[in-house]
Amino acid sequence: MNSVVGTPMDRVDGAAKVTGQARYAADYPQEGLLHASVVSSTIARGRVVKVNSEKALQVPGVVAVLDHTNRPHVSSYDDDYSDDDAAEGSPFRPLFNDRVLYSSQPLALVIADTLELARYAGSLVTIEYSQQAHQSDLLAALQQTHEAPAETPEPRGDFAGHFAGADAKVDVTYLTANEHHNPMEPHASTVCYQADGSLVIHDKTQGTQNCQEYLHNIFGLPKDKLRVKAAFVGGAFGSGLRPQYQLPLAVMAALHLKRSVRLTLTRQQMFTFGYRPRTQQRLRLGVDKRGALVAIGHDAIGQTSRFEDFTEHLVEWSGMLYQCDNVALSYRLAPLDVYTPLDMRAPGAGSGVLALECAMDELASAAGLDPVELRKRNFASHNGNEGKPYSSKELLACYEQGAERFGWARRQATPGSMRDGNQRIGWGMAGGVWEAMQMKASAKASLDSTGHLTVSSATTDIGTGTYTVMTQIAADAAGIDVGKVTFKLGDSSLPTAPLQGGSFTVSSVGSAVRQACLTLRERLIERARQQRPDLASEADTAFTLENGQVKAGKHSVPLAELLAVDPQQCLEVQVEANPDDKRKPYSTATHSAVFVEVQVDDDLGTVRVTRVVSAVAAGRVVNPKTARSQILGGVVWGVGMALHEESQTDHALGRILNHNLAEYHVPVNADIGDIDVIFVEEDDRVVNALGSKGVGEIGVVGVAAAVANAIYHATGKRVREFPITLDKLI
Amino acid sequence: MTPFSYHKPASLDEAVSLAGPSSRFIAGGTNLVDLMKENVERPEHLIDITGLALKAIEETPEGGVMIGALVSNADLAWHPLVEARYPLLAQAILAGASPQLRNMASTGGNLLQRTRCYYFYDTGTPCNKREPGSGCPARQGLNRMHAILGASDDCVATHPSDMCVALAALAAVVHVHGPAGARQIPFADFHRLPGDTPQRDNQLAQDELITGIELPAEPFAAHCRYIKVRDRASYAFALVSVAAALQIEKGVIREARLALGGVAHKPWRDPAVEALLQGKPASTELFTHAADALLQAAKPLAQNGFKVSLARNAIIRALSEACAADNSLGEMQ
Repeated sequence: MNSVVGTPMDRVDGAAKVTGQARYAADYPQEGLLHASVVSSTIARGRVVKVNSEKALQVPGVVAVLDHTNRPHVSSYDDDYSDDDAAEGSPFRPLFNDRVLYSSQPLALVIADTLELARYAGSLVTIEYSQQAHQSDLLAALQQTHEAPAETPEPRGDFAGHFAGADAKVDVTYLTANEHHNPMEPHASTVCYQADGSLVIHDKTQGTQNCQEYLHNIFGLPKDKLRVKAAFVGGAFGSGLRPQYQLPLAVMAALHLKRSVRLTLTRQQMFTFGYRPRTQQRLRLGVDKRGALVAIGHDAIGQTSRFEDFTEHLVEWSGMLYQCDNVALSYRLAPLDVYTPLDMRAPGAGSGVLALECAMDELASAAGLDPVELRKRNFASHNGNEGKPYSSKELLACYEQGAERFGWARRQATPGSMRDGNQRIGWGMAGGVWEAMQMKASAKASLDSTGHLTVSSATTDIGTGTYTVMTQIAADAAGIDVGKVTFKLGDSSLPTAPLQGGSFTVSSVGSAVRQACLTLRERLIERARQQRPDLASEADTAFTLENGQVKAGKHSVPLAELLAVDPQQCLEVQVEANPDDKRKPYSTATHSAVFVEVQVDDDLGTVRVTRVVSAVAAGRVVNPKTARSQILGGVVWGVGMALHEESQTDHALGRILNHNLAEYHVPVNADIGDIDVIFVEEDDRVVNALGSKGVGEIGVVGVAAAVANAIYHATGKRVREFPITLDKLI
Repeated sequence: MTPFSYHKPASLDEAVSLAGPSSRFIAGGTNLVDLMKENVERPEHLIDITGLALKAIEETPEGGVMIGALVSNADLAWHPLVEARYPLLAQAILAGASPQLRNMASTGGNLLQRTRCYYFYDTGTPCNKREPGSGCPARQGLNRMHAILGASDDCVATHPSDMCVALAALAAVVHVHGPAGARQIPFADFHRLPGDTPQRDNQLAQDELITGIELPAEPFAAHCRYIKVRDRASYAFALVSVAAALQIEKGVIREARLALGGVAHKPWRDPAVEALLQGKPASTELFTHAADALLQAAKPLAQNGFKVSLARNAIIRALSEACAADNSLGEMQ
C-alpha cells in the first residue's frame, strides 16, 4: 500500500467545519440550559467592599448572582489550582475572596435564562471597592525585578572579556509588546448537568485531561463524575493551555443551581487572562575579524503578575542557534498588577529570537557582512547550551534554498538603495529555531470486523490538523486504507495525552498512534498465521487488509474469523509511547530561514510586506498541505508581531483598552503579500520513529525580525520597539 | 444590552413622532448594535426606519445628486452617478470598513457613527462623551488615535467616518425631518466640536431624522483624491485621511477643497486654506504651504504628535495626486 504520510491529504474534518456540523464549546444545545455572564473589576488593585446585585436579581429570568460571598465551596490551596502549564506561584482563584489583583478580573457571575438577560443584568451589578495604588507598566518597574525561576543556561567562557575585545560589536535594546492570542472562537464552557450529578463539559481547551484534573482538585468532584470534551477548537495558540476562568465559573454555577450552564466570554473578556508578555531585551554581540561570534550576551526582563512568575524560553536561543564559546544569558521578571502571562505561539522564541535576529542584522551591518553570510559563518552543529550535537539541523540548506527562491543575491547592500516611486524597498532576513520535543502519550487502536480502524487519544485539534495527520499515521502503520480509519480526540475519557502545544503533538501522540497501530497489525498477522498455516511463511510486509479479508500472497482469511474471540469482535491495542532513549545524547530542534520584502512609504510611513519566503527544516512532513498552512499562519503571526499587534494599557487605570478586534490589530488579508513555503529535506532518525519534528511554532519564529530587518534595509532606520507602527517611521 | 421595544414605522412622520429622549433610530445598525452590546448606548425604544422610502439616488434639477438616507454605503460607492461625478466620495467610502459592513451601513447612519475612542467604548472607564462630567482619561492616557485640532479639555475624540470627510469636501447638504417639518444643514455645520458638551456629536435634535444628503453640482470629478493612512491596509480607522478636490484649468487651480479626517471631532475643513490654493499654479510648494496653514493650529497630545507631520505629508500627497489624476477611480490606498 502506498504511504499516505507525506501526502497533502485534505482535512478529514474539513467538510464538517465548513458546513457547520462541527460543534465548538458553546455550540451544544442542552435542555434547560442557563446562561452566565461575568462582571469584571474596573480597578487594578484593591478589595471588593460590596457587590450590589439586588437590581440584577430583580430582573425576571435572572436565576442567581454569584460572587466571593455566596459561591459554592472551592479549595483554597494553591496546589489545587495548579495545572500542567501553570507558572510558579499562587494561581488565580476566581471568585475566591475579595482581593482585586488586576483590572477586568471576574468578580461576579450573573446566571439567567438567556444570554441577553444575563448580560443585561450584569450591567446592573455595581461593585464598591477599596482601591490601592497599582503599577502595570514594565518600564516603570525595571528596578523591581527578580531572577526568573527558569533553568537559564549557566554562563560559559568569558563573555565580558571577549565582548570588550571584539572587532565589531553591537549593544542594542529591544522592546516587545504585550500580545493577546485572540483565537476566533472565544473561550466558552457548556456544563451539562447530568441526572446523577456528574458533569459533561464542552470546553475550549488544549487539554481536556488538564481541565478534568483542575476541576477535580478545586471542586473535590471524583474524576469519574467529570468528563471534559473539546471535539473542535476554533484556534487557541496557547490560550487553552491552562484552564481559563470561564470553566470553573460555569462549573460553580452548575453545581450551585444543579442545572446546565453555559458561559461564553465576550471579545473584551478575551483580554482578561493570559497573553504574550512585554519584554525588554538587551543584546550584546561581538565578532572577530573573520566574522565569527566571540561573545553573545542576552539580558531579558519580562513582565509577570504579582501572584505568579511566568517564565518562557526567552534567552536560551541565543546560546544555541550559533557557535559561540563566550555566552552570558540572564532573565529577570518584573511583577505588576496584571494577570499572569501565558504561553503564546512560539512562547519565548517569538520575542527572544526576534531580539537575537534583529541584533544579528545590526551586527552584520557593523561587521560589513551580508546577513546570510554572517549566519553561515556562525552555524552551530552542536547546541552550546547543552553541549550536545543536533540530531539534524539543515539550517544551512534553509539559508541556501530560501535565498535562492527569494533572489537574495540581487540585494543591494546599502540601506535605502532600492525604491519604486515613493515606496522604499527593503529586503531582510532572519533565522528561526524551536525545540523538537516529545512527551509521553497514549493511544488506543481498535479494529472492528468490517475492517474499520478507530484510533483515539485525549489530544485536541486546535485547527492544526491533528484529526487528519493522526488518521494518516494510523493508516500507514496499520496498513489500512485511510478511508477506513477514524481518529477520535478531545475527550478526557480517552487514552492519556499531553497538552496540545509546543509543536509536540505529532511527535508525542503521533508516536503513540503509530505504535498502537503497528502493534495491532502485528497481532492481526500473528493470529492470521496461527489460524491459517498457509499464511505462516508470508513476510509481514505481504499482509494486507481489504474487503474484510486479511490477505498475503495467494491466501486470505476473513477478518471476522480472526476477531471472533475478541469482545464485541474488536481487536484493541492501547500503548503508551515514551521518548526514545536514543534522543538523550542529542539536541533536537526545528529551524528556519525567513526572507522578507517590504515596501515603506517615504512620506506616510506605511509598511507593506510584499513577499515572504520561509524555508523550514522540520524533519519529515506528515501532511504538506496542513503543514504549509501552519507555516502560512505562522508567517501572518510574525507580520502581526512586527507591525500590528499590541495590547495597549492605560497605566493610570492599569487597564487594557484596545480590547476588541477593530482596535487590537492583527494583519488582514490586504496586509499579506506572497508567502512561499519551502520544506527543506531533513532526515532525522533520532527525534522519533516518524522522523517528524512538528511545525506549529517554527513558522512564527524569525518572521518579525526579518520584517524589521527589511524595514531597516528600506529606510536605514532601526526601530527597536515593536510593533513597528508608521509613527515610528515618519 | 438593555431590553428595548421595537417599532417599524411606515412613514416619515410616524417615525419622527415615535422619537423621544430614550429612543434611537436604527437602520443598518452596524455601529449602534455594537454600542448597545457594550452598554454604551442603552436605548429603551428602537425605531427601525428601514421601511421608509429613503433608498433612492436621484439627479437634482440643479445638476447635483440627492442620496436617500437609507442608501447603503456599498450602493452609494458603486452608483454610476457617484462614480462619474463624485469619485472622491466613492474612494472615501471604499476606504472605510469592510464589504460586509458597507452592505449594511446606511448613508444617514454613516454621519452618526460615534467615535472609536477606547474610553468611550469601555464602560469600565470615565468618559465625558458617554457620561458627561465623568472625566477624560484619554487626554493623559492612550491618545495616539485622538484629535490634534479643535479638541477641548473635556474631549479629544475624533470622528471616525471616511465618507464624511469626502462629504465635507464636497460641501454636501444634510436634509433632515423633524416634528416641525424639514430643514437643511450645510455639512460643515452638521457635526460639532466637543467644547464642554462632548456628548453631542452633531446638530441633529433627538427627534430629527436624516432623510437624505444632497451633493451640489461640482467641477471636481477630474481631479480628486482620497488618501487614508491607517495602521493596516484595510479594516482600520484613519490615523489621518485627506479628501482633496481641485478644479484645474491650464495648470492653474480654479477651485480647491481640502478636508481632513482622523484629526478632529468633525471632518476638518478651512475655507481660508482652500482660498490660498485658488488662482495659483499647482506646485508642491503651494501644497506644502496649504498643508502648513491647515495644521497651524494643531495641538498634539503626548502620543499623537506624529499626526501633524503625517497629515502634512498626506495633504501634499493627496493634492499632488489629485492634480495628476484623471477622472477614473484611482487605485485605492
